[in-house]
Amino acid sequence: MTEQATGAHPQPRPRSGQQSAPVEHVTGAQSLIRSLEEVGAETVFGIPGGAILPAYDPMMDSTRVRHVLVRHEQGAGHAATGYAQATGKVGVCMATSGPGATNLVTPIADAHMDSVPLVAITGQVASKAIGTDAFQEADIVGITMPITKHNFLVTDAADIPRTIAEAFHIAATGRPGPVLVDIAKDALQARTTFSWPPVQDLPGYRPVTKPHAKQIREAAKLIGQAARPVLYVGGGVLKAGATAELKVLAELTKAPVTTTLMALGAFPDSHPQHVGMPGMHGAVTAVTALQKADLIVALGARFDDRVTGKLDSFAPYAKIVHADIDPAEIGKNRAADVPIVGDAREVIADLVQAVQREQSEGHAGEAAASGYASWWADLNRWRETYPLGYDQPEDGSLSPQHVIRRIGELAPEGSVFAAGVGQHQMWAAHFIQYETPATWLNSGGAGTMGYAVPAAMGAKAGQPGRTVWAIDGDGCFQMTNQELTTCALNNIPIKVAIINNGALGMVRQWQTLFYNQRYSNTVLHSGPAADAAASAPGPSAGTRVPDFVKLAEAMGCAALRCESLDELDKVIAEANAIDDRPVVVDFIVHEDAMVWPMVAAGTSNDEIMAARDVRPDFGDNEDD
Amino acid sequence: MSKHTLSVLVQNTPGILARIAALFSRRGFNIDSLAVGVTEHPDISRITIVVNVEDLPLEQVTKQLNKLVNVLKIVELEPGSAVQRELVLVKVRADNETRSQIVEIVQLFRAKTVDVAPEAVTVEATGSSDKLEAMLKMLEPFGIKELVQSGTIAIGRGARSITDRSLRALDRSA
Repeated sequence: MTEQATGAHPQPRPRSGQQSAPVEHVTGAQSLIRSLEEVGAETVFGIPGGAILPAYDPMMDSTRVRHVLVRHEQGAGHAATGYAQATGKVGVCMATSGPGATNLVTPIADAHMDSVPLVAITGQVASKAIGTDAFQEADIVGITMPITKHNFLVTDAADIPRTIAEAFHIAATGRPGPVLVDIAKDALQARTTFSWPPVQDLPGYRPVTKPHAKQIREAAKLIGQAARPVLYVGGGVLKAGATAELKVLAELTKAPVTTTLMALGAFPDSHPQHVGMPGMHGAVTAVTALQKADLIVALGARFDDRVTGKLDSFAPYAKIVHADIDPAEIGKNRAADVPIVGDAREVIADLVQAVQREQSEGHAGEAAASGYASWWADLNRWRETYPLGYDQPEDGSLSPQHVIRRIGELAPEGSVFAAGVGQHQMWAAHFIQYETPATWLNSGGAGTMGYAVPAAMGAKAGQPGRTVWAIDGDGCFQMTNQELTTCALNNIPIKVAIINNGALGMVRQWQTLFYNQRYSNTVLHSGPAADAAASAPGPSAGTRVPDFVKLAEAMGCAALRCESLDELDKVIAEANAIDDRPVVVDFIVHEDAMVWPMVAAGTSNDEIMAARDVRPDFGDNEDD
Repeated sequence: MSKHTLSVLVQNTPGILARIAALFSRRGFNIDSLAVGVTEHPDISRITIVVNVEDLPLEQVTKQLNKLVNVLKIVELEPGSAVQRELVLVKVRADNETRSQIVEIVQLFRAKTVDVAPEAVTVEATGSSDKLEAMLKMLEPFGIKELVQSGTIAIGRGARSITDRSLRALDRSA
């Protein structure tokens, strides 16, 4: 008989009753707001509507919960995600039933893919009307079942405090994720009692955080024996707050470190052991380091297809140590030689001790003892030969990479950058230096266009003292820019850089490379006027529809435009100087710029191209 | 591919069956049979799932199932150390000539005749899927008019109970 218990370490659950908490007589709606206050939800992003309306009445009186009225529920969801990623706290969004709730589906799926702690509270039609196709009814619990960590339908007002406490507990602990709480309108209206803390009832939820000592020893042994190890660091390290421990481990082992798109900022970009980002658009050195490695220590990473490329040719020589708090990630894509289930912080702290022991007892092999000198000789050669780079357009127009680099360089220290999805996202990952956690927010797993503006809004609401730049594309920007109105009206002065190439740039890049330059439906500034202007040279060909400067001004933002290199720094400085309202800068950039390096989809990471038609020479023949 | 029988103990909450079924379909795992009912503890239901997968996907199935908040415990029951049963009700075409032959087959398989009509006999049988398959093969020539089968349920042999520990967990949280 094979047994799999749901978790080895039962967790003590908070109990009430020891000190008799005062009981308040309230409505379900008041109970909800009181619960949000007690659980520490300081900021809620949302929009009211019929079914959630009872909750908005006591919300008005709460001095502890700030509600930010957004313009679209998707904005509320991404704002809550941005808030969570920038502060490390649980993000909260609220919407009404039916379309309000379904508009949250994209941000919930996004948070699920990127393991962001999020609690979404939705109103539901009255419990008696559930199942009758009532006005604004949608089965949001059914809809979000596969994209939430867990979800609840509350039809009894008495369950509200316990459910809210459980939702926040589940969202924030273990592998974080989104939790949806759907509350029937009659439960919000009913009379009930409120006391805090409620008794939580989650016998099936026991995340394992403490790693197994034997596995840790085994991992340390492999690190000591390896000749070409790589620390493959994922978002789990940021979520666990394990960056200090990671630095100690890296410097102790001397192994190269690669941080995934979800982990930028987990290890300083400026650190000499940092070899860049891995994956489809990763640095040549990082991609190649994994391909040539004889040991990969994966920490809070999940061997995503964008990292591994064609899975069966990924890292063919490497043994795998895979540490993750989610047991289901281990062995899901790549079999692990040493599986470690645990919280990244505890895993890395234990690994540090185990490696120290290996070293002091003299067990480390020759390569490890030399600080992997010969491995570093290879890595440094690749780094020098294939650095990240870009060309300045000959016609004096702006290169998008250069714009993004200068935004990063001119931004105050500790600035937060939120990207949309596409070329600008990859350039923002490459050309901005990330030195500390929570400085880089993006939609990694889901690839949600339109993420940047609302996420930046959430980040700024949570970190008002920091400069927050949204690095957005003109395609992404047109999906969610309405939240700039929210920013302007709620004193959330974010800065938005529209990297405006007039096209859906990443899709266009694929059309350039794989579809014979047939640009089907990727040109955004098309139309009759655009056709007329198309013969004129220059990146600003086409109409300015919409005119982003006018659009931004209409939404209460300061708006600037930059079209040439010589005015670039001045415009960025001007944008940085404005702090009393949101700023939008329309950077008109060259449309033909491409993201390099690149591993074409479905091919092996060995086929990485450093630039168009440039396949790096790794001296493959000296390999064996 | 091989068959595996999983006993899944779950909190008896609304929607739990939907969660489990949705997980299987989303992750692309096929369910051969599924049976659900309450246990000796009214707050715990037991779902017996028979899946046809390789060992590695099976590990993914159990790990993903374990992540469902309402799942308390998963045990794989090996055929050698567990009793597995299915129930069938089958309506067989019968007349005065064939009825006695049908009844004879029913007795051979220690099944029961639960309803008799001039043109049909309804048979109730429990057993392993092999036994039931053999019986249905014997009945087929007479003409099967209607067949209904339950999912497999299974229980481990010996004195040990798989619910004990889950009950303790449930008590702790109450």
